[in-house]
Amino acid sequence: MNKNNHLWVYVTMGAALIVLFFFSLVYGAVRIPLGDVLQILSGSYGRREAWRHIVLESRLPQAVTALLSGGSLAVSGLMLQTLFKNPLAGPSILGISDGANLGVAIAMIYLGAASYLTTIVAALIGAAVVLLIILGFSRKVSSNVMLLIIGIMVGYLASSVISILNYHASADKVHQYVMWGMGDFSGVSLSKLPWLAVCTLAGLLGSFLLLKPLNALLLGDAYATNLGINVRRSRILILVCTGVLTAVVTAFCGPISFIGLAVPHIARLLLGSSNHRHLLPVTLLSGSCIAMLCSLLTVTPGSNSVLPLSAITPIVGAPVIIYVIVNRKNLHYFN
Amino acid sequence: MDSSIAIEARSLSIGYPGRNGRRRTVVHPSLDLTLFRGEVTALLGRNGAGKSTLLRTLCGLQRPLGGEILIESRPLADYRAGELSARVGVVLTERTQAGGISVYDLVSLGRYPHTGFFGTLGEKDHAIVREAMDAVGIAGKAEKSVAELSDGERQKAFIAKVLAQECPIILLDEPTAFLDVTSRIETMATLRHLAHTQDKAVLLSTHDLDTALQLADRLWLQPACTEEEAAGLRPAAPLICGTPETLIEDGSLAGFFGTEAIRFDPESRRLVV
Repeated sequence: MNKNNHLWVYVTMGAALIVLFFFSLVYGAVRIPLGDVLQILSGSYGRREAWRHIVLESRLPQAVTALLSGGSLAVSGLMLQTLFKNPLAGPSILGISDGANLGVAIAMIYLGAASYLTTIVAALIGAAVVLLIILGFSRKVSSNVMLLIIGIMVGYLASSVISILNYHASADKVHQYVMWGMGDFSGVSLSKLPWLAVCTLAGLLGSFLLLKPLNALLLGDAYATNLGINVRRSRILILVCTGVLTAVVTAFCGPISFIGLAVPHIARLLLGSSNHRHLLPVTLLSGSCIAMLCSLLTVTPGSNSVLPLSAITPIVGAPVIIYVIVNRKNLHYFN
Repeated sequence: MDSSIAIEARSLSIGYPGRNGRRRTVVHPSLDLTLFRGEVTALLGRNGAGKSTLLRTLCGLQRPLGGEILIESRPLADYRAGELSARVGVVLTERTQAGGISVYDLVSLGRYPHTGFFGTLGEKDHAIVREAMDAVGIAGKAEKSVAELSDGERQKAFIAKVLAQECPIILLDEPTAFLDVTSRIETMATLRHLAHTQDKAVLLSTHDLDTALQLADRLWLQPACTEEEAAGLRPAAPLICGTPETLIEDGSLAGFFGTEAIRFDPESRRLVV
């Protein structure tokens, strides 16, 4: 594909990102006229304190959270798909999300932790444990498909432990946990936002530094080694980056499925190439756009209720995966 | 030291170390070999003789069980990974995920040992990539994605990648398998031309005796080891090395390929039933 085509994708996705971000500020459960939103954003608004509060303290952080989380999950998914050479790899498939999930469940149910810092740490520990298990097996099991299956099994184990914990926990704690488990971009307040931003941006920066090994890994481990890439070290760094990104997003927003799995495919379809030099930034942009789109779709027009995010992401993600698998020629990215 | 010697190995033992409950497997306990620059060397042997294992060992992808390998008169173990990648390039049979990148991108990956942290190509690198594609005649497909190529074109693209790597030594594992007769001869001719004009040492494994006899400068005949030989209870048959003419004349080829039912006919240079 030529350079003009890449430029076209960047421009389109950039424009979509800006439009969706703007739309996220204007559109919501409470109807606020466009003129008022613009005035609130420009800082010269003093009429209705409630509206100002909704736009700046609720919609703005929610839009930024969706932007950061969506991009992070999508980039994690892309790195895992390249590392495991499998189109169906993703943070939720490999049990990393479940590990983070289990960490949070233990923290919420047993430590009674409401503090977000504890939640982050718990999620990081949970994700790290799963990653260590997968890394440990990767020394014994050379096949990436087998490793993927081990990841899925570890995910099931974590889910099952969570169920057992829930069974023994008190009702209100379970409720708190279940609500978190729905996945939500709106739980991050303006004061927590810098934490999310710093952690995800660090993880994303790390991913961009791995551009060279990621491209070399497209040729497989032996070719990558022959090109002077330290495959073992790259593999660990990729897993650490995906672990941080997934754990942080899971800690702040709860488990969010399908974005990590589906978005890299959308980005490949847009670009027509799996060269990470363009695929990584386009995946990041697409992830942000799709997360904001999903976040917008949770708002039912004319009603005050908001749908859970976990009800929306599969509706957007699952058809993409089915499309990619049915149109086998799209899978040529993996051959 | 003779500067025309690219790789030298003495009492090289190849195989797989016993690890993680797997049994230590010796593929060949003692190989002596010398690979020369400016020549195409064809590595022949039955299935299971360990041709791939030997190639992987020579380029440092797997460790030898014993013995010594010298790459350009320096022990292989002394090379850092980055250094080695600029000396020895490989074309393997390994499955890749390269289908989604363009031929140009694939060949550009060959520049990795020579580029910086992000692998960004400079003007000189782009020139080398274009040259490499011209050398194998794949330049017309530069913007096609690798998945759109035929098997022969794909093989050429990977050879262009290894050329862009600018290694004096190129190892290829069955580069002509799955190719039709024309592509097979084309590929071999390309490699021969590169070895002769660019003074590269080209070592390729193949089952295609006909083409090897026609186009290789030298043949290596790798014997399969019996269990007793692998265990060192009996001296193992050595790797036979020589030009096609010598090996035909001294009967080595006949001895190597001949079975009760099949014999090598020196007149027609073919195996006959």
